[in-house]
Amino acid sequence: MLSYLAKRLAGFVPLLLGISFVSFLVMAMAPGTPVDLMTDLNPKASPEARERLEKFYGLDQPLYVQYGLWLGRIVQGDLGTSFSRDRRPVLDKIAEALPITLFLNVLDLALILGLAIPIGIYSAARQYSLVDRATTVFVFIGFAMPSFWVALLAMMLFGEQLGWLPISGLRSLDYDSMSALGQIGDRVRHLILPVGIAALTGLAGLSRYMRSSMLEVLRQDYIQTARAKGLSETVVVYRHALRNALLPVVTILGLSIPGLIGGSVIAETIFAIPGMGRLFYTSVLMRDYPVVMGITLIGAVLTLLGNLLADLMYVAVDPRLRKR
Amino acid sequence: MSKVSTVSDVSDVRGTNGKRLLDVRGLATAFDTSEGIVRAVDGVDFHVGEGETVALVGESGCGKSVTALSILRLVQAPAGRIVAGRIELAGVNLLELPEAEMRKVRGAKIAMIFQEPMTSLNPVLTVGYQIAEAVRLHRGLSKREAWKEAVRVLDLVEIPDAAERAAGYPHQLSGGMRQRVMIAMALSCDPRLLIADEPTTALDVTIQAQILELLDSLRARLGMALLLITHDLGVVAERAERVLVMYAGRVIEEGPVDRVFAEPHHPYTRGLLRSVPRLGRERAPLATIPGVVPKLNALPAGCRFRDRCDAAVAECASVDPALEPLGEGRRVACIVATRRGGLES
Amino acid sequence: MLRRLLRNPLAAAGGLIVLALFAAAAGAPWLAPYDPSDFDAAYVLDGPSVRHLLGTDGLGRDVLSRMLFGARVSLMVGFVSVGIASLVGVTLGAVAGYFRGVVDTVLMRFVDVMLTFPTFFLILAVIAYLDASIWNIMLVIGLTSWMGVCRLVRAEVLSLRERDFLVAAEALGMKPSRVILRHALPNAMAPVFVAGILGVAGAILVESALSFLGIGVQPPQPSWGNILTEGKSTLGVAWWLSVCPGLAILITVLGYNLLGEGLRDVLDPRLRAR
Repeated sequence: MLSYLAKRLAGFVPLLLGISFVSFLVMAMAPGTPVDLMTDLNPKASPEARERLEKFYGLDQPLYVQYGLWLGRIVQGDLGTSFSRDRRPVLDKIAEALPITLFLNVLDLALILGLAIPIGIYSAARQYSLVDRATTVFVFIGFAMPSFWVALLAMMLFGEQLGWLPISGLRSLDYDSMSALGQIGDRVRHLILPVGIAALTGLAGLSRYMRSSMLEVLRQDYIQTARAKGLSETVVVYRHALRNALLPVVTILGLSIPGLIGGSVIAETIFAIPGMGRLFYTSVLMRDYPVVMGITLIGAVLTLLGNLLADLMYVAVDPRLRKR
Repeated sequence: MSKVSTVSDVSDVRGTNGKRLLDVRGLATAFDTSEGIVRAVDGVDFHVGEGETVALVGESGCGKSVTALSILRLVQAPAGRIVAGRIELAGVNLLELPEAEMRKVRGAKIAMIFQEPMTSLNPVLTVGYQIAEAVRLHRGLSKREAWKEAVRVLDLVEIPDAAERAAGYPHQLSGGMRQRVMIAMALSCDPRLLIADEPTTALDVTIQAQILELLDSLRARLGMALLLITHDLGVVAERAERVLVMYAGRVIEEGPVDRVFAEPHHPYTRGLLRSVPRLGRERAPLATIPGVVPKLNALPAGCRFRDRCDAAVAECASVDPALEPLGEGRRVACIVATRRGGLES
Repeated sequence: MLRRLLRNPLAAAGGLIVLALFAAAAGAPWLAPYDPSDFDAAYVLDGPSVRHLLGTDGLGRDVLSRMLFGARVSLMVGFVSVGIASLVGVTLGAVAGYFRGVVDTVLMRFVDVMLTFPTFFLILAVIAYLDASIWNIMLVIGLTSWMGVCRLVRAEVLSLRERDFLVAAEALGMKPSRVILRHALPNAMAPVFVAGILGVAGAILVESALSFLGIGVQPPQPSWGNILTEGKSTLGVAWWLSVCPGLAILITVLGYNLLGEGLRDVLDPRLRAR
């Protein structure tokens, strides 16, 4: 098991290098240099100042040297400073926003898994039943619905019309004057819409995947064996089929992480949540390249970590990988 | 060959006079397919006596496996279902049992082993667990006792280091070993009937003999009946007392193995036997049966075999022959053979 | 094949939706009751009526007309981005599968890297540099969604490369590259085609999201996404601005998905039995 993980980890090194290289290339492709942009904002900058800046960023060096320098800085955790007025280190800005995004995504994932797995199991075990057909319809529609549109409709319905739920931010203005219990309730109320809507697409996809994975497993010979033993259908499904059906789901979960993280841009922007997604969006609008690149890089690294987590889960479920 | 005759001598007595354990009457199992409803099993009659070994033979697709699954009511709904017939186990019609009662039959009174040992065991559960599970369910043993029992039956099927193997997973075992595990699992609850669906087809030739030998000796020791499904006529000759020949969803010939092999009545059985290569007769060209098995949803009128039959007469096109007794515990579904047999006796 | 596709009611419905969309996009100039950029000053933010079937927006423009022209944007973005993605994917996949070895390893690693980036991040990052325009959007979506097709084609070419008859063909002096072109690519085309149809749906979703966020198709050019942007700012006042374009996106994406899934069932005999 350890050697398997070691191998996977070793595989991540070239991936990380590739990620950094693509990030750097995208940055290098940008029209104009960072110095142009900085000096554009400050018309009083002298040519000497420009030169100083260019030297500082290594722009007078050939591209591969620039990449090396840049990589060196990245490894030390230096993602540069934001172009925005506050001029803060990119890493600080991300570190502030990241926990919120992670928290939301973990909630999303928990909600998706908590619903999709039972739905998938149920519709597979009772293929062509009413619930199964309803699930299929929901899956197709859920897959086709633009999440930002659903968010819009939900805001209209629950926020404006019914006034049940807050539609922006993570807490109310009078949060500080609330009791402890009230504060928790306020948080929860703020989370319902963003988390629920972000989970919708993933829920559709995963229930469908879980269903087909379960159907595939239920066709296997060992399920026949289990039935021939006289086990009840419940035991057959939950004891014998479920773990096998979860294996491909774990894989797909790892693969779906980039989509989930990317999706936070939309959810956080619409619901005005100060997470990494919204930071990314505002940085794109303001052409704050260091922040944009920093977040892109972090997003890729998060995906890698997610994949590693999926690998660990896989090993935990599948004995065939354990003793290698 | 001498061994065959001794085995079948005994079987004649038991097979024909012994108590009937399993009695299948008019069994029909249908499947919904994209091309309409197909009756994979279409009116099958046979019985298995206590402690008897009966072989069910036929080409692939003739309905052997579906018959076996039907006995255990494991044909998967909604695509497949049993549409007619009775399946009596010691006088109880299994088709009328509620599902919960049927589950007490599966594994406990009738056990089954399958063709593919590589895929018949659950890859994420330990071997011991998979056996102990059945023991706990049917014999009500505690977890620990059931585990001990699992180790005992693994030992019984001659798996070395049974205690250690029990804690391992199927992927650590070879195909032959996995089939032994399947046998152990099947025997763990002392069933009265074991259905073995092509138990050796997927195995190496050398392993095949071992597994068959094991099955045979355990059957004798435990006094259970064995319904052996196979397309290997050599296996039939060596292990079975009676043989049932299936063609296109029907049993078309039935009788003691030595009698049927010595003097097959149905033209299909004759063809089947002729197509088996034998040592010492290398010169003679191997016969084949002309044509192909008809599609089950496009069966010819009258006898299902007539298109391929070398003995067909005009009447075969209109009469769908039933399985008629011919004496000596033999039956055949062929009007030509019945007439000839009638004349002889 | 067409008959089998039509026999599947869901796929047929999908095909019908797609056809209707083509018709709407092609006929937009004639079908639209108004010029999409004409102001009807007396009817600003007016709800659906006989005069304006789907109401008007904040500038008094006819929503139905804008949506019909928006259909053109969706269609174009969908097909051009998928075209770019397929071109890149098929080329790189064929190259990787054909040359194997180092070329294959490098290319596949590159695919892994591309798959690691959250696509939406990558798209936004590039758009931060380029100007948001329909052409850039199509280019960026295309260049960030070719990886699946690449893997498909590579697998197909690779499996053919390993087969005996290719060795035989080479021994006979035939150019293996020709054999690959003649045999492997046509084989791979069915799944590529299905992936393409499903990809159109994906691209339309991404474009509408970008336009909604204000970094996609720029007003005054109408797109379903940017009509929704206005819907957001007039939430509770003009429901038709939020509901109609969203429904259009939903139905469009549903249509392509149904058609794609139906095609997959028809083209892939291995899946047909299920």
